[in-house]
Amino acid sequence: MAHKTVLRKPKGFIDVYKHKPGAEKDRTHYCPGCGHGILHKLIAEALEDFDIVDKTIVISPVGCSVFAYYYFHTGNLQVPHGRAPAVATSVSRANPDSVVISYQGDGDLAAIGGNNILQAANRGENMVVFFVNNAIYGMTGGQMAPTTLEGQITTTTPYGRNVKTDGYPLQMCEIINQLTAPVYVTRTSLHDMPNIRKTRAAVRKGIKNAMDKKGFSFIEVLSMCPSGWKMDSVPAQEWIKENMLPRFPLSTLRDISEDTPAVERPVPVMDPDEVKNILGYGALSDSNLTKNPDAAFEKVALRVAGFGGQGIMSAGIALANVGMEYGYNVSWLPSYGPEMRGGTANCSVKIQSETIGASECTEPNMLIAMNQPSLEKFEKIIVPGGALIYNTTLIDREPTRKDVKVYAVPITGIADDLGDTRVQSMVNVGAFAAVTGMFDPSEIESLMSSLFEGKPEKVVKLNEKAVRKGYEYVKENFS
Amino acid sequence: MPRKLMKGNYAAVYGAILAGCKSYYGYPITPASEIAESASALFPKFGRTFLQAESEVAAINMVYGAAGCGQRVLTGSSGPGISLKQEGISYCAGSALPCVIVDIMRGGPGLGNIGPEQSDYNQVVKGGGHGNYKVIVLAPNSAQEMCDLTMLAFELADKYRNPAFVLTDGVIGQMMEAVELPEPVTELPDKSEWAVYGTADSRHLINSIYLDHDDLERWNRELMKKYAIIQKNEVRVEEYRMDDAEIVAIGYGSCSRVIRSAVDLARERGIKLGMLRPITLFPFPATEIASLPDRGVKGILTFEMSDGQLVDDVNLALKGKMISDLHNRMGGNVPSAQEICEKVSELYGV
Amino acid sequence: MNENREYPFPEIDPDICKGCKLCVASCPKGVLVISERLNSKGFHYSEYVGEGCIGCGNCFYTCPEPSAVTVYMKDYVPEEVS
Ligand SMILES: Cc1ncc(C[n+]2csc(CCOP(=O)(O)OP(=O)(O)O)c2C)c(N)n1
Ligand code: SF4
Ligand code: SF4
Ligand code: SF4
Ligand SMILES: [Mg+2]
Repeated sequence: MAHKTVLRKPKGFIDVYKHKPGAEKDRTHYCPGCGHGILHKLIAEALEDFDIVDKTIVISPVGCSVFAYYYFHTGNLQVPHGRAPAVATSVSRANPDSVVISYQGDGDLAAIGGNNILQAANRGENMVVFFVNNAIYGMTGGQMAPTTLEGQITTTTPYGRNVKTDGYPLQMCEIINQLTAPVYVTRTSLHDMPNIRKTRAAVRKGIKNAMDKKGFSFIEVLSMCPSGWKMDSVPAQEWIKENMLPRFPLSTLRDISEDTPAVERPVPVMDPDEVKNILGYGALSDSNLTKNPDAAFEKVALRVAGFGGQGIMSAGIALANVGMEYGYNVSWLPSYGPEMRGGTANCSVKIQSETIGASECTEPNMLIAMNQPSLEKFEKIIVPGGALIYNTTLIDREPTRKDVKVYAVPITGIADDLGDTRVQSMVNVGAFAAVTGMFDPSEIESLMSSLFEGKPEKVVKLNEKAVRKGYEYVKENFS
Repeated sequence: MPRKLMKGNYAAVYGAILAGCKSYYGYPITPASEIAESASALFPKFGRTFLQAESEVAAINMVYGAAGCGQRVLTGSSGPGISLKQEGISYCAGSALPCVIVDIMRGGPGLGNIGPEQSDYNQVVKGGGHGNYKVIVLAPNSAQEMCDLTMLAFELADKYRNPAFVLTDGVIGQMMEAVELPEPVTELPDKSEWAVYGTADSRHLINSIYLDHDDLERWNRELMKKYAIIQKNEVRVEEYRMDDAEIVAIGYGSCSRVIRSAVDLARERGIKLGMLRPITLFPFPATEIASLPDRGVKGILTFEMSDGQLVDDVNLALKGKMISDLHNRMGGNVPSAQEICEKVSELYGV
Repeated sequence: MNENREYPFPEIDPDICKGCKLCVASCPKGVLVISERLNSKGFHYSEYVGEGCIGCGNCFYTCPEPSAVTVYMKDYVPEEVS
């Protein structure tokens, strides 16, 4: 650092505090002797010295430093109480080349925002955090902070902080130091000149880390709050020395920035053609199959029901996909949530030419029942004249409905004969095609590679066979 | 147009990608989790940011930061998560930050259940956080609209520098339909006037503090003016078989899908039922609803999956010219078309 | 600034100073004092006694008010006034 021939208000500060309301745009809002002002000056000086005022973004918290944005000649965001690290996270992600400073008090950082600071630290976000520990809520008039000392009197601990009921003063540096990602964790103090100079060095180190994209730096600064402590400034410095240092020992707990590689962030792809390419627009074709005008069904409201693991959902999705390729409107609605945990699953599939209204099939014209409970539950809601396919492999009782067309198909058995129970969903697709006449099995075959995109050829072929078997079984037994 | 079968929740994320959304910050919750899941799969493919936040509170504040930096940014959640986001949404509105929030409503209050409900209506449409503000609320009823209205939400959010919601329920989020994928947005709006980029000419301030009472009142009046313009320009409704309708069912989201079926069913039975479906909930189609009595409508039935939150707004719009009846289901129950038809017959003797 | 002064020396803006005395306590030479007089904000501001400053910068770094203290070093060359 070059020798300075003059020490004056650093350029990191705005010349005239234009964001500050009222007449006094030449001075801060801080109380006499407040540590915030000292730390602000050290930060502003570093920004000037490193020539990064332009590329710095300061996050102002809620607390006495809520108005930090009055002063710093940088980009500024004022944010909700405790959330500075969360906001700083996305600011840093959005502007990876900028220097992001998150500035917080002890209530803000260690109480309401306790998790946010831990998580940002744990992610190793590229930012430098200045944590002003003044053992009190300054802004709201001197209430207890998480860092308030044992026995310390505040407006909400009028009898002194009782660790049995209020807990112990939180040592944030020590907590942050438990995490793997942070590169620099240090605690300094403003209680005398040597320590102010050490704080200056720490400030510069943290800011340098952010410039070099080293990740997360955490600088805790023990700081005077003469107003909250109800004492003069010089005695306040003395008070830090006598009372705060024993609980908050000054030291650098970690400094691994040298050996840490720079954080790298990808460049977003925004080019429309490339976006379409990545989304695979080319592979998505318009429907090119023609509907069968002689189909037995012109619209289907189907329930597929059974145990979880019987391919209930995938049968429904496959049917909807095939229907879409024929140019039908389709919808697929799963039963979701706790219902599924019970081991039963069902879905509604609609395939029709008109616009689809309700997607749940409350009055299906077709049911595929894969197990006994499903048959019992849904048999009664099929509309008269509808169709019922039931899985004779697992259901040994006859359906009771006489006003629907019943197809007894050993769905699981057919799949097992093919050597893989999992293909039962495609056996169902084949059976559906045969019952409705809406789909042609060889046309379904032409869709197999897109339905099973990314699956090995063997799997595709097996499922193709399953469709064929399901189709043929119905054709042979119920024509 | 290329079509792809996908869940509504996925379609919202496709819409976001196509709208040039650069980052997603969210916390998982059923039935909105597929939004986070599909974003986690898709965003990195584009070098865009996906981050699973530590909470909804963190997520909305990350949204605040990204929006403040001029990005199009998305988050998604459901009831309990939206409750947690409210402080941050208020800050976004107060700082005039555009962002998009998808709410896939579930059953409440409390932990309720994960079945479909529409009980976040008040907390979303009325600007559920503290202070005087409103958010733009779009209510899709299909996977296609999840994509299209998410894109529109980004556009409107930017146009008015205001948070925009995509509000729907578990049915629309979980349902798969064919989605025609639109063309990606080619040009993003210029935000250099106010966004913070960490450069010399973007030394802007993102802030919602106005210490001076008159300044804050002025700001609130500006916001009111903005909302009035939105109310004037952005109302969207869908009508179905309204030309000769004597009875009108009003509903949004998955209810409107059931109403559509009910209208067809009623017509088969000779009942002249029509549907009016708000696509925007703020701005609310008050004028459109107020005109119903003049269009020869004899009965209005509001149909919702909440405890009368929507019917309150319908009746406010009707200004006493008529009073809408309410038929509602809750707890995750979705009414059937038959149920609505029967309700119509019972109420209006048709 | 005062051309006649001997470098180094601190310059304290009496109107900006909040009279916290941190600079006074930090000065190794004891050449800063609190004025008897009040400034426009009602603070007894800090003053340089006029000689003895060694340009250590303590008063600058300890002062919480960004523009209250300026320290001109021994080798400071006053900028041309145009
Ligand atoms: C959500 C919310 N809760 C409470 C407050 C009130 N509040 C403002 S500042 C503050 C405490 C700030 O203390 P600290 O973070 O230690 O900062 P200091 O003023 O001491 O620098 C509180 C509780 C708020 N603004 N927002
Ligand atoms: S209350 Fe305390 S922390 Fe706040 S400005 Fe005053 S001295 Fe500083
Ligand atoms: S620069 Fe050092 S010696 Fe000179 S007045 Fe300031 S503190 Fe005293
Ligand atoms: S430190 Fe600054 S504000 Fe405090 S007395 Fe000295 S000059 Fe004045
Ligand atoms: Mg504090």
